Amino acid sequence: MHELSIATSLVDLACEDAKCVQGRVIALQIRVGRLSGVSKDALLSCYEVATRDTPLEGSRLIIEDVPVVVYCPQCRKECAIGSRFCCSVCNAPAPEILCGKELELVALEIES
Amino acid sequence: MMQEPRLVEVRKNILKQNDMIARELRDEFRRSKVFVVSLVSSPGSGKTSLLEKILTLLRPKCRVAALVGDLATENDAQRLARSGAPVKQITTGTLCHLEAGMVRNALQSWDITELDFLFIENVGNLVCPSSYDLGENLRLVLSSVTEGEDKPLKYPTIFNSADVAVLTKMDLADAVDFDESTALANIHAVRPGMQVLRVSAKTGVGMKEFIDFLGLRRQALEK
Repeated sequence: MHELSIATSLVDLACEDAKCVQGRVIALQIRVGRLSGVSKDALLSCYEVATRDTPLEGSRLIIEDVPVVVYCPQCRKECAIGSRFCCSVCNAPAPEILCGKELELVALEIES
Repeated sequence: MMQEPRLVEVRKNILKQNDMIARELRDEFRRSKVFVVSLVSSPGSGKTSLLEKILTLLRPKCRVAALVGDLATENDAQRLARSGAPVKQITTGTLCHLEAGMVRNALQSWDITELDFLFIENVGNLVCPSSYDLGENLRLVLSSVTEGEDKPLKYPTIFNSADVAVLTKMDLADAVDFDESTALANIHAVRPGMQVLRVSAKTGVGMKEFIDFLGLRRQALEK
């Protein structure tokens, strides 16, 4: 369970950016890749703990789940995969990961 | 009418702070000409035994040192210190992984320009260490034959964060009916083309190849 560490890093990062904007932060939008090693549910509960007594207290965490996309060297195309790293069309091994490792703060939602 | 919230775009890596420290460490390692290898695995898969063997085998020719992470105790550092190499324990308290800042702090009192190899043994855990770059040049993921063949399928993220896989405790393979071809197929299902090494720290099988491999990787980085 390292989601509390991740949530703390996220809150630190967002608080830093929140200083530069006028208005209250009501939500954070983040992207979490399926290969990031982070569990969405655990992160949501840790977020509540990590925001306590910070300017982000009471804000929502909006998580966009990013699937794993690889490059198939046979088809020369991108393809989203499940648990095995092979092309969903031709079944060729596809080691090149194009996305799915993201752990990114995308935007702050500010109350207008 | 409620107004739509205003969006302020940020687009930053959540672990930016860790990644920045890791990048600084990597630059420092390069300047100091020290090759840094980290080991990740589940608890009990033989990280410390393998590392003790590596340190002992490298010591006559190379200057080596190790950092070892655990939630508590100095046991692993004491074991590794038997090799004669400088060793420092990082006790993480409740934290289930090492972060780049802990590595930086642990290295503060060492002159790493005096080293050829630095090893970092992560906390035994197949989940959490995968998210944290430690600035290492090479990350090894260990899987012991006693853990069975399907660890890669259960923990694809850690296998994708590592560079090379190492099958450990090969001396026990027959005793536990370890199916090596299934294990390799599973590793390659989640990480096609991944290099896999086989060792037994106990009998020494595969250790020469392993040490040669480390030497080659180090040379390749220097070029």
